[in-house]
Amino acid sequence: MGKLFSKENCEVFSNPLNLNNPIAVQVLGICSALAVTSQLEPAIVMGLSVTVITAFSNVIISLIRKTIPNRIRIIVQLVVVAALVTIVSQVLKAFAYDVSVQLSVYVGLIITNCILMGRLEAFAMMNGPWESFLDGIGNGLGYALILVIVGFVRELLGFGTLLGFTIVPQFCYDNGYMNNGMMTMPAMSLIIVGCVIWAHRSINKEEK
Amino acid sequence: MISLFVRSIFVDNMIFAFFLGMCSYLAVSKTVKTSFGLGVAVTFVLLITVPVDYALQMYVLGPNALVEGVDLTFLAFILFIAVIAGIVQLVEMIVERFSPSLYAALGIFLPLIAVNCAIMGASLFMQQRVQMDPETSSQAIGSFGDAIAYALGSGIGWLLAIVGLAAIREKMAYTDVPKPLQGLGITFITVGLMAMAFMCFSGLNI
Repeated sequence: MGKLFSKENCEVFSNPLNLNNPIAVQVLGICSALAVTSQLEPAIVMGLSVTVITAFSNVIISLIRKTIPNRIRIIVQLVVVAALVTIVSQVLKAFAYDVSVQLSVYVGLIITNCILMGRLEAFAMMNGPWESFLDGIGNGLGYALILVIVGFVRELLGFGTLLGFTIVPQFCYDNGYMNNGMMTMPAMSLIIVGCVIWAHRSINKEEK
Repeated sequence: MISLFVRSIFVDNMIFAFFLGMCSYLAVSKTVKTSFGLGVAVTFVLLITVPVDYALQMYVLGPNALVEGVDLTFLAFILFIAVIAGIVQLVEMIVERFSPSLYAALGIFLPLIAVNCAIMGASLFMQQRVQMDPETSSQAIGSFGDAIAYALGSGIGWLLAIVGLAAIREKMAYTDVPKPLQGLGITFITVGLMAMAFMCFSGLNI
């Protein structure tokens, strides 16, 4: 990760999307990634929330980084993140109540999401607000990307729908096609993430 | 209460049903010995934080708890994380003072637990379950004892899961796994299969 600091701003933004993806490569923030992806819609909302929170907590910490005493920085970071998460959770409850019920405790768990703490520690503590903002957006979107892929596969195969619209036509069901109930179970999300990592690693190896 | 305890070990297992504490779960589960240490530490901290957060929820945060007509539930995230960070610090000092051997065994894991999602998750689930009706749902937490039983059960479930995965990974070191799948990929798939096995408990009711 040390290399990140010498690269240009645009790479700060684009790197986490693919080569340095927080989930597939750095293995951060798995907890919530698995739990919210049984359908596409909560996956997208979760991805966006994490992007917003990562970006703004990065900016805030980066702005006050010179005034934070080193010994209590973890507590300060936690408080900043917790405040932002509280705001996002209240906004979700107000404007997207159904999704916030589906996400249940996982919105609150963004606080302990390792992506946030990881980025704050590794990037925002040492860089200016603008770079930190780009880094936060990049990492958030990299996280959202994996969530959307997993959510897409699970909703399509598990329910035959995407974002609630039926995709698999009726005559397929008439001819014996069945939704794969396994896909809606938590266990399958682990296996799909495993496969995504597998694909990601074999593709990136070819590029090199 | 016994039903709640057993259910939180097997059915509502922190790892397999809710994926809580996944980050440290995957990172630390390389050998059985260290993963056992982490499991004990997590159980220990859960056992203290969840009852404290329960008291906080009942006497400070809940509707009409502190001031008549005021619902402070939206402050839960900040308060819970502060309680967890504080208690982890406290537990660390107490363990260091009274049992240096346990302190040495737990080592780096104790401070790391502050950002373990399992602890925060258990507190948030507890907050959700307080609102359930104990008559109709076996998941409801209606008393201080229930909160302790839930915390202990969740901790033991976590311990069980991490020791199990560590044992499988120790064996797996000798198997021939495709190159890009090695390490993380295969670990995910293993956990998925373990989760499927744990799904068999889902009808369990005592």
